[in-house]
Amino acid sequence: MAATNPAATNPAATTNAATTNAATGPILAARAVNFAYPHAAPVLKDVTFSVTPGRSMALVGESGAGKTTLLRLLLGLTRPSAGAILFDGADLDLRDRDRRREFRRGVQTVFQDPYSSLDPRQRVSRIVGEPLRSLGLPGAGDTGRTATGGASRDGASRDGAATGGAGSRADRKAEVRRRVAEALHSVGLPADAADRYPHEFSGGQRQRIAIARAIVCEPRVLLADEPVSALDVTTRVRIVDLLAELKRERGLTVVMVSHDLGVVATLCEDIAVLERGRVVEQGRTDEVLGSPTHPYTRRLVDSAPRLPSLD
Amino acid sequence: MSLLEVAGLSIHAPDGRPLVRDLSFSVEAGDRLGLIGESGSGKSLTSLAIMGLLPPGMTASGRVVLDAPGLPRTDVIGAPSRRLNQLRGPAASVVFQEPLTALDPLMRVGRQVAEPLRRWRGLRGAALREAVLAALSEVRLDEPERISRAYPHEISGGQRQRVAIAMALACQPALLIADEPTTALDVSVQAEVLSLLAGLILARGMSLLFITHDLAVVASVTDRVLVLRDGAEVESGTVRDIVTAPRDPYTRDLVDSARAFDEALPGRRS
Repeated sequence: MAATNPAATNPAATTNAATTNAATGPILAARAVNFAYPHAAPVLKDVTFSVTPGRSMALVGESGAGKTTLLRLLLGLTRPSAGAILFDGADLDLRDRDRRREFRRGVQTVFQDPYSSLDPRQRVSRIVGEPLRSLGLPGAGDTGRTATGGASRDGASRDGAATGGAGSRADRKAEVRRRVAEALHSVGLPADAADRYPHEFSGGQRQRIAIARAIVCEPRVLLADEPVSALDVTTRVRIVDLLAELKRERGLTVVMVSHDLGVVATLCEDIAVLERGRVVEQGRTDEVLGSPTHPYTRRLVDSAPRLPSLD
Repeated sequence: MSLLEVAGLSIHAPDGRPLVRDLSFSVEAGDRLGLIGESGSGKSLTSLAIMGLLPPGMTASGRVVLDAPGLPRTDVIGAPSRRLNQLRGPAASVVFQEPLTALDPLMRVGRQVAEPLRRWRGLRGAALREAVLAALSEVRLDEPERISRAYPHEISGGQRQRVAIAMALACQPALLIADEPTTALDVSVQAEVLSLLAGLILARGMSLLFITHDLAVVASVTDRVLVLRDGAEVESGTVRDIVTAPRDPYTRDLVDSARAFDEALPGRRS
């Protein structure tokens, strides 16, 4: 498993990132972020970290640590009370429409519960194709997923036009269908999944559908909120393997909120440990978990239930 | 005679679908057995069948015999509810996954713990109040007076689960059934509750039936495990044998999956 190797970014991903303005710096970052709900004690206190392209990041902590609030801030759903969330080095303010599209193309989400995150009345093809319809096709025409077929080129060429210019309506529909099929294939679902409804799938397969929806517009970052904790352990391994493969093959950077150190150690190169709204320790996952310096991190590591050893 | 003997237990859904198939196992006095399985394996239904608490419409066949000291030996399946009410508590009691739903939200914690103490031990007045505080202290709740006056929503998830355990223990059961008792808890709280349970089981000489999806958790509290899949036994044996030398391909998949995440973690610190 990939815990000890830095993620191998493939050439396509590197090129893709290089065409973006702030490719060299962090994709996402929190700078001295504070957050409090009205008339309540602060939830996040002076949170600072950054996500480097190609190095997946885990935000771990127990209930009340502020993980969910932090995720909402990273998604731009809420603004910090003080400090800033940076996307490609600039303040993440989604009131600007173009900026919002750019962000949604670059950062997609997978939620914990695959039973509530998919619309039960829509066919899988429609669910997975939704980002393509709302954001426009990445890359004009039939370039497919090539080295430069990223969000930046598209954004420059079409500049916010709602429907995009990939030829006729029929051409666009065919292109959406092709990309949906490709995304389903990437997550290991059969092609005929497109014509079915979510209830026809198991929990693990639904999570694959949610991942297909998230990667269909070729984002650079996948924000995942406890993406495998609702799954059985045998399914969990398969979904974690899938995420590892997407990291490897698409150069996807995963930012994951989790309480499961085993999953985190398998998937994320970097880690930030949150305790009651503060980052108490952060760094390389193998170093932080291997020799924790903060007592809270040590307690988390020691509490993880372990299998009896083989010898 | 076994404390609990399950023989040829099958459970069917209202539409006739088999949910548990021909399951047999037994728990002797002082035994600690784990039932492990993934979702849909029938593990929780099995625990409900032992308590005679299957949801309406579900039917059980086979035998589920509880034979606790001082109580009439009873086949739970088909037993009248008066008979079952005598057994629920002193023969077997359950701790469920979600302590918030196991506790009455409108009743102070102390009164809820007092109920079984009054019923099964016949305590009243000052003796009852003292027993409530002792029960809360036994599950290592600090400030038992404060907890006893609190409503369930005023205490943490871990504290609520300790209260639920205190209530189950207040009946002085011969068999404690723990159905995913730590799944809803944070990992550090889980570790504390597991060590609490292990200590209480030992101190009281109770038998334990521990139901879980988590191999590492079950390995820390039981001696034997039975692996369930789709309502049927896949294999059973000592924790050590199952974890180190699984015979069935499904068990091996289960163990390998758990092992994959376990091995990603740094070596155990001693």
